[in-house]
Amino acid sequence: MNRNGPVALVFHMLFLAFLLAPILVVCVVAFTSQGYLSLPTEGLSLRWFKAIGDNPEFARAFRDSLLLGAVSSTIAVAFSVPAALAIARHQFRGREAITALFLSPLMVPHIVLGIAFLRFFTQIGLGGTFAGLVLSHVVIILPFALRLILAASTGMDRSIENAAASLGATSWTTFRRVTLPLILPGVASGWVLAFINSFDEVTMTVFIASPETTTLPVRLFLYIQDNIDPLVAAVSASLIFMTVAAMLVLDRLYGLERLLVGRGQE
Amino acid sequence: MTAVDAHKSMMESSDAASKSAPPDRPERRPLAPYLLSLPALALFAVLLLVPLVMTGLLSLNSFGFYTGIEDVWQLGNYIDIVTDDYFHEIFLRTFRIAVVVTLLCAVLGAPEAYILRRMRSPWRGLCLLVVLGPLLISVVSRTLGWALLFGSTGIINTALMAVGLIATPIEFMYTETGVIIALTHVLVPFMVLSVWASLQRLDPQVENAALSLGAKPFTVLRRVVLPQVVPGILSGSIIVFALAASAFATPAIIGGRRLKVAATLAYDEFLNTLNWPLGAAIAILLLLANIVIIVGCNRLVERRYKQVFE
Amino acid sequence: MPYLVLDRLTKRFGPWVAVDNMSLTVEKGELVSLLGPSGCGKTTTLQMIAGFLDPSAGRVTLDGADLLARKPNERGLGIVFQSYALFPHMTAAENVAFGLEMRGIPRADRDRMVRDALQLVGLGAFGDRYPRRMSGGQQQRVALARAMVIKPSLLLLDEPLSNLDAKMREEMQIELRRIQRSVGTTMILVTHDQAEAMALSDRVVIMNKGRVEQVAAPQDAYDNPASAFVANFLGRTNLLQGTVRRDGAGRRIDVAGTAWPVAAELPDGPGLLTVRPEKVRFVDGAGVPGLVRARVFQGTQWLFEIRTEAGDLTVIRQHDGQTLPAENEPVMVGWRAEDMRVMAGEA
Repeated sequence: MNRNGPVALVFHMLFLAFLLAPILVVCVVAFTSQGYLSLPTEGLSLRWFKAIGDNPEFARAFRDSLLLGAVSSTIAVAFSVPAALAIARHQFRGREAITALFLSPLMVPHIVLGIAFLRFFTQIGLGGTFAGLVLSHVVIILPFALRLILAASTGMDRSIENAAASLGATSWTTFRRVTLPLILPGVASGWVLAFINSFDEVTMTVFIASPETTTLPVRLFLYIQDNIDPLVAAVSASLIFMTVAAMLVLDRLYGLERLLVGRGQE
Repeated sequence: MTAVDAHKSMMESSDAASKSAPPDRPERRPLAPYLLSLPALALFAVLLLVPLVMTGLLSLNSFGFYTGIEDVWQLGNYIDIVTDDYFHEIFLRTFRIAVVVTLLCAVLGAPEAYILRRMRSPWRGLCLLVVLGPLLISVVSRTLGWALLFGSTGIINTALMAVGLIATPIEFMYTETGVIIALTHVLVPFMVLSVWASLQRLDPQVENAALSLGAKPFTVLRRVVLPQVVPGILSGSIIVFALAASAFATPAIIGGRRLKVAATLAYDEFLNTLNWPLGAAIAILLLLANIVIIVGCNRLVERRYKQVFE
Repeated sequence: MPYLVLDRLTKRFGPWVAVDNMSLTVEKGELVSLLGPSGCGKTTTLQMIAGFLDPSAGRVTLDGADLLARKPNERGLGIVFQSYALFPHMTAAENVAFGLEMRGIPRADRDRMVRDALQLVGLGAFGDRYPRRMSGGQQQRVALARAMVIKPSLLLLDEPLSNLDAKMREEMQIELRRIQRSVGTTMILVTHDQAEAMALSDRVVIMNKGRVEQVAAPQDAYDNPASAFVANFLGRTNLLQGTVRRDGAGRRIDVAGTAWPVAAELPDGPGLLTVRPEKVRFVDGAGVPGLVRARVFQGTQWLFEIRTEAGDLTVIRQHDGQTLPAENEPVMVGWRAEDMRVMAGEA
C-alpha cells in the first residue's frame, strides 16, 4: 500500500508520453486538410480518409486483410480447440513436445517464416495465392488462439464433465452442451486475438503476398518505402482505430489485463 | 500466493496418485489425445517443418546471376557470410542495435512495471492498458509515427529548434539512433509484461516485512524487490533481444535501404538481388541464433533461480 | 503504567469506518488478542500500529513515546505476517539476519544471534534452506525468529497460524506460548479463531464492525459475555427470548413458562437469556418442556437439538455412560441460575 513518489510519477508520465506520442501523431496528422504532412492547424478534415476509398489498391488490400484475418482465425480456432482439450485433459507421451511444437511459431522470427513459406509455396504452386496467405497465417496465429483456449480448458473444473457423463450424456453431447459453452469465452477471445495478429502481420506476409493479393499492412509498408504522405497516416490511423475497437471487444469478452498478462498460462 | 500454492500441491498430489496406480491397469482412452491433436499436428508438420527444412536445403544451393538457383550442395553461402566484411558489418550492427534496445527496454520497462504495480485501481488497470495496448497495434503504424516525429521538419526537431536546444536538425531517419528509439518503443511493452508477471508473484507483505525490520525504502527496493524481479527482467530481455535482432519492418522504414540489418539484408537478397540461397542462409543463421538465445538463456535463468523460485 | 496505549484510534476508508474510536491499554509482557470476524477492523488496527496505514484520528503511544510520529522502518516492532512474507531469495538464516544487518550489528554477533534465534524456534539445522524448500510450519517459525531476533519492543502477529493445518496449529500454539513465557515480549495477536485466542492470550479484545465489544480475560469473556455478539462469537450458545418483570422484591424473566430470577437493574420488557449448551441438563422435575428433534454422537460428547416453546436449544452432554433421551422423546431441560446471562432487548 505504498504510494509512488513524485520522481516515480514524472518517470511514469514521460514513459506514457514516449509510448503514446508516435501513435497520437499518426492519428492527428491523418486529419490534416493540407496536401502534405502537417499537423491539422488549419482545421480538421476527413479528405485523406476519403482518399483511402478512392485508392482502389488500399481498398482492396483492406478487404483482403479482413477476409484473410477472418478465415485464418476461424481455421486456427478449429484446429486449436481439440488440440487444447487433448493437452489440458490428458496425460500422454509426447504431451510436452506437442505443446512446444504448437507454440514454436512464437519463437521463429517472422522473417524466417516468410522466407520458408515463399520457398515452399513457390515449389508447390501456391505462390502469391490467397490460399497460401491463409495457410501461412494459420500457422503463425495458432499459438495465440491455442494459448487462450488452453487456459480456458485448464481452468475448467473437470468434475463438471464427469457430472454430465454420469447423467447419461455421450462424449459428443458433453462437449457440445457442457464443455464448449464453458470454454467459449476463451475460444472467442482466442479468435479475436488471432484475428488481430493476422491483421497486423507484415514481416512474413511481405514475402508471400503478390501485387494482386496483399494485405493492408503490406500495402502500407511498401507505400511508405517510396513516400510518406497524409494518405498513409490516414490508413494507419484507420488501422489504429480498428485495433482499439477490437481491444474494447476483447476487454468485454475476456478482460484485456488477463489476456495480455496471461494469468492462465499454466 | 497461498491459493496458487494450494493449487500446486493439489496438482502434485493428483500426480502422485496417478503414479502410484497399478502399472498394469490399461489406460481407458489412450488414443483420444493423439486423435484430438492430430489435425493440428499434421498441419504443423506440413506447413512448418517442411518449409523450414526446404529453406535449410535451399541455403546449401548455389546461385549464379545468369543461371539462377543451381541444385548443388555446398556451404559456399555460409562461408561467404562468415568471411565477407560487408556481412560482418551488418551482423555486428544488428547485434549492437539489439543489445542497446534490450538495455533501454530493461532500464525503462522494469521501473515502469514497478510503478504500475504501486498504483491504485482504477489507475493501475487503465495505465496497464495504455502501456500494453500498443502491442496489438500494427508495427507499421507505430513506426510510421516515429517517421513523422523524426523527419528533419518533423515534430521533435521543430520543437527542439523552437526552444533553442539545437541549431540544426538532428538526423534520426536512416540512423542507428532512430532505429534504436523506434525499436525500443515497439518492444518495451514486452519487458513491462515480463517484469509485471514476476511482480505479480511477489508477496505484497514482503516489502512491509522488510520495512518493519528497519530497512529504508531504497534498501527494500535493492535488497528485497530487485532480486526477486531479476528473473522477470532476464526473461523479458531474452524476448526483447530475440525480437530486436530479427526485427524487419521498423529498421526497414526508419533505417531505409542505407542502414541494413540482418532481416532487411535477407529481404533484399530475396526480393531485389534474387539470390535466394544466400537469403536462405541468412535466415537459417537468424533462426539458429534465435533458438540458441531463447532456449539457452531460458535454461540458464531457470537453473540459476530454481532453488529460489519454483 | 500501561505500555502500549491506543487512544480513540479511528480509520475511515471513504464513508466506511473500519475502526471506530478504539481505545486499549496493554501492559508490558502481556499477550493480547484482537478477535473478531473478518472485516471487524482487527487487521486494520494492527496495520495502524505497524505504520502501514495512517489512522484518520487518534493516538498510539508505546512506552510513553508517540508511535505515529515514526516511520514504519523506525518503529522497531516485530511483525509476523499471515503469509509469513519471507524473502524467497534468501535462506532462512539470511532472512533472520536481515533485521540485524539493518541495525548494523557486526557479522560475528549477527551469526550468533541468528543461530540462537533459529534454535529458539527449533530450526537450528535449517539455516541454509530457502523458504520454498520448507513446510508451512517451518516457514512460520522462520518468520517468528526473524521478528523476534531484533528484540522488538512489541511483537505483532497477524493471523500467524491460519495457514497451518489443525495439528500443526495446535503445536505452534504451545510453541508460541512457550516462547512468549521465556522471552517475555509484549505481543498483539490478531485472529478470527476464538479457540486460538483463548489458548494463547492473557486478555482478548472482541471486536465487531470496527468497535470493541468486550475486553476481558478469555475465561471471563466466555463465562460473562458483555453482549449477544460476544456470547455467540465465543463458542456455541443458546439465545432464548423471554420477558423480564417485577416479582415481589426482585425481578425475574419468564421463558417458555418457567421463571428465572435476574439482576434487579434490568428494565421491564423483552429480555434475552443466554446459556451455554454444555450447561443445559435434562431434569426430572420443573424445567422447560421440549422435544428431542435430533441427537448426534460426536465422539467425546452427544449433541442434542431440543425444540421448546421459546425456540430451539442446543444441548451438549458428555459421553460418560449416563442414560440420555432418544430422538422424538419429550424431555424437560434446565440449568443453574448462575450459568445463564440475561440481557435486555430482543434477538
